[in-house]
Amino acid sequence: MALHVGDKVVFKIFRYDPEKDKAPYYKDYEVEIRREGMMVLTGLNQIKWEQDPSLTYRRSCREGVCGSDGMNINGVNTVSCMSHIEDYNSNVLVIKPLPGFPIIKDLVCDFEDFFNKYYVVKPYLIEKNPPPGRERLQSIEDRERLNGLYECILCGCCSSSCPSYWADPDYLGPSAMINAARFVFDTRDEGSDERLDAVNNIHGVWRCHTILNCISACPKELNPTKAIGMLQKEILKRTY
Amino acid sequence: MADISVRIEEFDVVIVGAGGAGMAAAVQTGMAGLKTAVISEVYPTRSHTVSAQGGINAALANMDEDYWIWHMYDTVKGGDYIGDQDAMEFFTKNAPKTIIELEHWGMPFSRTEKGTAYQRAFGGQTRNFGESIAHRATAVADRSGHAIVHTLFERTLRPDIVQYVSYYSEYYALKLLRNEEGTVMGVVAWDMVNGGVHIFFAYATILASGGNTRNFRTNTNAHVNTGIGWKLCAQAGIPIKDPEFVQFHPTGIYGVGNLITEGVRGEGGYLLNAQGERFMKKYAPHVLDLASRDVVSRGMATEIREGRGVGPKKDHVLLKLDHLGKDFIMDKLPGIWELAYKFVGVDCTKDPIPVQPTAHYHMGGIPTNIHGQVVDWDKDNKEVPIPGLYAAGEVGCGSLHGANRLGCNSLLDLVITGKEAGRHAARWILDEHPTFPNPPEEFVADKYAKDVMDKLNELFDGPEGTVKMDEIWEDLQDTMQADMSVFRIEEGLTRQLARLDEYFEKFKKVGLSDKSKVFNTELCEYFDLENMLYVSKIETVAAYNRKESRGAHYRDDYPERDDANWMLHTAAYWKEDGSVVTEYKPVRQKPLTAPTFQPKKRVY
Repeated sequence: MALHVGDKVVFKIFRYDPEKDKAPYYKDYEVEIRREGMMVLTGLNQIKWEQDPSLTYRRSCREGVCGSDGMNINGVNTVSCMSHIEDYNSNVLVIKPLPGFPIIKDLVCDFEDFFNKYYVVKPYLIEKNPPPGRERLQSIEDRERLNGLYECILCGCCSSSCPSYWADPDYLGPSAMINAARFVFDTRDEGSDERLDAVNNIHGVWRCHTILNCISACPKELNPTKAIGMLQKEILKRTY
Repeated sequence: MADISVRIEEFDVVIVGAGGAGMAAAVQTGMAGLKTAVISEVYPTRSHTVSAQGGINAALANMDEDYWIWHMYDTVKGGDYIGDQDAMEFFTKNAPKTIIELEHWGMPFSRTEKGTAYQRAFGGQTRNFGESIAHRATAVADRSGHAIVHTLFERTLRPDIVQYVSYYSEYYALKLLRNEEGTVMGVVAWDMVNGGVHIFFAYATILASGGNTRNFRTNTNAHVNTGIGWKLCAQAGIPIKDPEFVQFHPTGIYGVGNLITEGVRGEGGYLLNAQGERFMKKYAPHVLDLASRDVVSRGMATEIREGRGVGPKKDHVLLKLDHLGKDFIMDKLPGIWELAYKFVGVDCTKDPIPVQPTAHYHMGGIPTNIHGQVVDWDKDNKEVPIPGLYAAGEVGCGSLHGANRLGCNSLLDLVITGKEAGRHAARWILDEHPTFPNPPEEFVADKYAKDVMDKLNELFDGPEGTVKMDEIWEDLQDTMQADMSVFRIEEGLTRQLARLDEYFEKFKKVGLSDKSKVFNTELCEYFDLENMLYVSKIETVAAYNRKESRGAHYRDDYPERDDANWMLHTAAYWKEDGSVVTEYKPVRQKPLTAPTFQPKKRVY
């Protein structure tokens, strides 16, 4: 559905203010298309700045690298700043906070549990031997193995889209796992054993049931399911 | 009275801002075993450093022969000779080992055939004092900022550091605490999630709150880049150095401002006007599109002004890169492919990207010496450190960039100044055992945060206000863009100063319609707007007063650089009546060991 400048779209937005509301509700807002290819975030800003300053959401870089504005738009998790309104082929956009995350207010979720799970995989380079005086050498091919892993922006879209993550409160989730893989498959890292230990359990890599929601949810087009599979293989390789 | 809770905590060090500079400092204070609080309006990985693309400069010589002195020369020349050369030497000399340290910490640099870190060409970077183009920008594809932020954040998560470093994410800094002697004792912040005032007392306060060009209509900055650091200092009587030097990045995406890295031109892309002419040959005959940013932006703006712009409004130009080939683009510049495709629907492997000069960076900021200590000047114009206060990254001014920053020097700035501020603060605390004149326990919110509490009470209890923030915000961005942009002239600046007075008057009539204390983003936007008004006023007054053209500051009415009268730094002081007074301070022209680079005519 092509949208043109001047067209109107309805944003049906999840609202909840813990100080005022007994229960969440949806509120409709009319958003005017003001440039071709307008993003959902621009629509949210239009509402906040011109209609309802109390509408609450996170945003920062507005170009898909900071990961602030993960939310659920017409049933799919993504970052609003990189989502064209017209791509939803609908006059109505239903906008909700990330499913499965505790809600603070409106579209703002609590990320504490999400980050605590990220910390579990020891997301930092572990070196056992002192590094050389210059940079460590790494071949172009070895560096290429990190492509598709290091670009994660920690927006939470993948973990929040995962039914296993909703069902098992202790499941580390696809985001933590792709970050574990980013170090396990880095030839410079020497901490893979302890890192693989952290994910080799029923709340780690073995909780993934290849539902594949995380792949369609990732705004950076990464493939967390594949990363989890790579970790599973690596664990098996080391064990047997 | 609104029921506003107050919490008080003591730390050794409090860092305002969790971008590259803040976290580089936190690594140092954490390693020193000092109790450190890092407060930020957003989670660390949401900070705007994440948006940097091209790379980080260092004379590593991975691609061809290179020396730090060549890098230093380029930096001095790029800054149009007003940078402080001691800081520039410290900065360029320490660059290689800093990059290597980042690599050791896990930064996933792109690689060369030999396995060393990949380096690309960037604007203004030359070999042998201007002889030929240098490859000095050490890159992680076109996601270098993302990689730096994540690498530094990861470093602070290591067990040896994380035990000392506490992140206070989603805290909005409101006030710098200074005692009667002028010693800085910490900050007052607003806890965005829970609502309430949080007072952080610390021996050392490191401001690393980043940049602030959000006050221009088209800018590359994140929503959070509104100028907290400048306002905190202005209100605390601390001057802002060289605020008039605002960098316009040549290649922001037309209409939206998102950054397209200079790395595109470094890798062989170039700019075209409406006639399909590679116009940079007129403005920089030797290095064309790889001249420094002020030169390229002025070239573009001149083409547009003379009617050779592209599009129905003839208000932008084109950046062509399809000749680099699809494979190369997807390997080395995948992020910009995505941005151009998403924001203007251009597949840059086939078509050129529409671009325009876009507000990007402040060369000026809170004055510091080479150790990141914030300085003021005594009556003999000698720099005197303000005890307990440091600044690092874009918010500070060393001055490493003079009147115009070279591409890829900003990531280097934030890691080096952040590290040095953290290191110096840690050493100072451990060696000097500073104490507050009064023990912190005796301080109460009424004494140190009364004005903040009054303001918050007024906002929460007061009326909705008769002026909407949006009105001021929109006008401010439009008028700053019109009169404080690439070309400036007295008439326009006078006009803008009058408008700014109006905006400040209007701002008094702004109130909150959302009285909720939980995650009240309207409250944050209120302070954002206040920050932007402060920044706009400070930079416009300084631009009005500097009657010459130098680097990024170009005056149509004074088109020449005037070394006889203006080889001076601006120090802009905010006065209690809301006026801004500028004083002029000497440039530190003597490097630490190298000979001084004397001012020359700047030709690219």
